Amino acid sequence: MPKETIFAQGNEAVVQGALYAGLDFYAGYPITPSTEIAEILAQRLPQAGGRFIQMEDELASLCAVIGASLTGLKAMTATSGPGFSLMQEALGYAVMAEVPCVVVNVQRGGPSTGMPTAVAQGDVMQARWGTHGDHAIIALTASNLADVFLMTVEAFNLAETYRTPVILLLDEVVGHMREKLVIPGPGEVEVVQRLRTSVPEGTDYHPYLAREDGRLPMSDFGGVHRFNVTGLVHDMWGFPSNDPAVAYGLLHHLVDKLENRAETLARYQDFFCDDAEVLLISYGSAARSALHLVEQRRARGMKIGLLELNTLWPFPAQTVRKYCRGRGHVLVVEMNRGQLHGEVQKAAEQPERVYLANRYDGVFISHKDIMQVLHVVLGKGV
Amino acid sequence: MNTRRYIRERFFPHLWCPGCGHGIVMSALVGAVDSLGLSQNEVVVISGIGCSSRMPGYLDFHTMHTLHGRALAFATGVKMGRPDLTVIVPMGDGDAAAIGGNHLIHAARRNLDLTAVVLNNRIYGMTGGQSSPTTPEGDRSTTAPYGVLDPSFDLVELARGAGASFVARSTTYHAQETRELLAAAIAHQGFSLVEVLSQCPTYYGRKNQGGDAVAMMKTFKQITAPAGSQRAAQDPGLITRGILVQEPRTEYCAAYGELVRELSGHEE
Ligand SMILES: Cc1ncc(C[n+]2csc(CCOP(=O)(O)OP(=O)(O)O)c2C)c(N)n1
Ligand code: SF4
Repeated sequence: MPKETIFAQGNEAVVQGALYAGLDFYAGYPITPSTEIAEILAQRLPQAGGRFIQMEDELASLCAVIGASLTGLKAMTATSGPGFSLMQEALGYAVMAEVPCVVVNVQRGGPSTGMPTAVAQGDVMQARWGTHGDHAIIALTASNLADVFLMTVEAFNLAETYRTPVILLLDEVVGHMREKLVIPGPGEVEVVQRLRTSVPEGTDYHPYLAREDGRLPMSDFGGVHRFNVTGLVHDMWGFPSNDPAVAYGLLHHLVDKLENRAETLARYQDFFCDDAEVLLISYGSAARSALHLVEQRRARGMKIGLLELNTLWPFPAQTVRKYCRGRGHVLVVEMNRGQLHGEVQKAAEQPERVYLANRYDGVFISHKDIMQVLHVVLGKGV
Repeated sequence: MNTRRYIRERFFPHLWCPGCGHGIVMSALVGAVDSLGLSQNEVVVISGIGCSSRMPGYLDFHTMHTLHGRALAFATGVKMGRPDLTVIVPMGDGDAAAIGGNHLIHAARRNLDLTAVVLNNRIYGMTGGQSSPTTPEGDRSTTAPYGVLDPSFDLVELARGAGASFVARSTTYHAQETRELLAAAIAHQGFSLVEVLSQCPTYYGRKNQGGDAVAMMKTFKQITAPAGSQRAAQDPGLITRGILVQEPRTEYCAAYGELVRELSGHEE
């Protein structure tokens, strides 16, 4: 049974999802259009027995989140644009040290200070490759408040399951729009708790030794097992190593644990896809306009469908390939210069049929914008 | 004291050069923890990046080697997550005062109960002898081949100005004093900073004709004096040692815990 129904903003849905997932710790620095997440949590967290701190910058915020997570807490930070850039070094640390945490990026216009109050989806590749070095990452997104809630819970669940930072990549429209949000009752949505080691006190615990199923049980700072955590290449003890075999094995592990599970991690929804000759692929707020167009054109008999992606990274290439197969035209709808479009082209068997409908001027892409491109693609002129 | 019980011998030999002062500080730190009777499971040691920051790996506590300059930010999360733990943060001078300067002043201002230990060798050791914000004006480094032009930071004054409630200074020559000051800093409720002048014979010594490790340590004896001593009064050019700031002030986690209790009825 749902707990309650509220009328809320996307950023508040993040807060609701995080609290549902068991958020204990938040550290952040104010920046538009994500600030409301910090403001609401500053109020709610101490009421719920959790902890909130405003740090001196975004890099410090993510560092504090990682520290708190190592004590066993579910921890999160939220930011936008320049703040996400500042976080990249700590994001790589969380990847390397395998520390579960959630990083929300409510995207705004960029680069640099860009357009603070305008919508954009220009950080898709930054979410993937923003921190240096080969690595893998999970990035989730959503187009409506119900999904923002669910994807926030999912972000925490995947962070705990795979011992990884998870990026929740929202955008200004989703963060600021208001709609009805039904908050699920306790137990209605699965919440994953941290897997802790069963190694007893006095027996060697290896923080970086994977079990047979690939998972690495954790032990909290302050607990009975003392170990080292580092951003250097490290062995199963967490101690720095220059051994090429250790480096090779670690990099493989960090990438494979997510990339090899791309289809398991794929969260997506399809609308009217069965007989669609034209397939739209979209995500985040852009998917709202895409769905609007699909519904409108379906009413007029056009065979058009939408694949909405909730998992952007690891990119669900097999799923996308399957959905693209046999379509006359595939149109990627996004608010950047084609960051996901390239991935879809790489995945599709006929990349020449993959087109792009986009905007990158700070204006929300409308169903008319998409229709205009579709007209050209279908050879009907402008 | 049985030092070995605090050391991860599995990871020896350590990477410090012969004569490096960082080992002396590590041993003083272990002595301080031992003198306070803390259990190893209650202690977390968090560092940044640098020669000094390799210390946690060798210590059998909960340990973390993080990002250059950011140790105090990680430590803030650990301390807020587990206010009952003792959190010690060894840092280099570049770590603490250059790239991490912002975190240092804010940690001091907040008065979170962390113990920052700055191993000040007045140079960047790890990267091979570049200038640091504590390299004295006129001294040489690989990035100041004609001498450093900019004045150096006085870490004690920096911490005092930022609101640190406990500030002390010592040197590797004064190992026993360092141990006692570290113990007092750890026992202090609130943010504490202990600056320990530490020798880097490999880079600072060589670049500035400082002599070998022993000569450099003797210099520490000559250029410092206990705060409040006659020597210090007679020669204002000397660097003072001892406890230089000690003021009781509300600790951040305590204040936050109080707020949580008021709002939620939760016990921290
Ligand atoms: C972001 C970043 N910038 C630069 C470096 C390179 N780096 C590593 S240690 C260090 C300085 C070390 O000097 P200090 O902090 O004084 O410690 P010491 O090695 O002297 O003990 C630098 C510049 C780095 N690791 N990360
Ligand atoms: S380079 Fe300097 S600071 Fe680093 S280990 Fe050697 S002597 Fe110590």
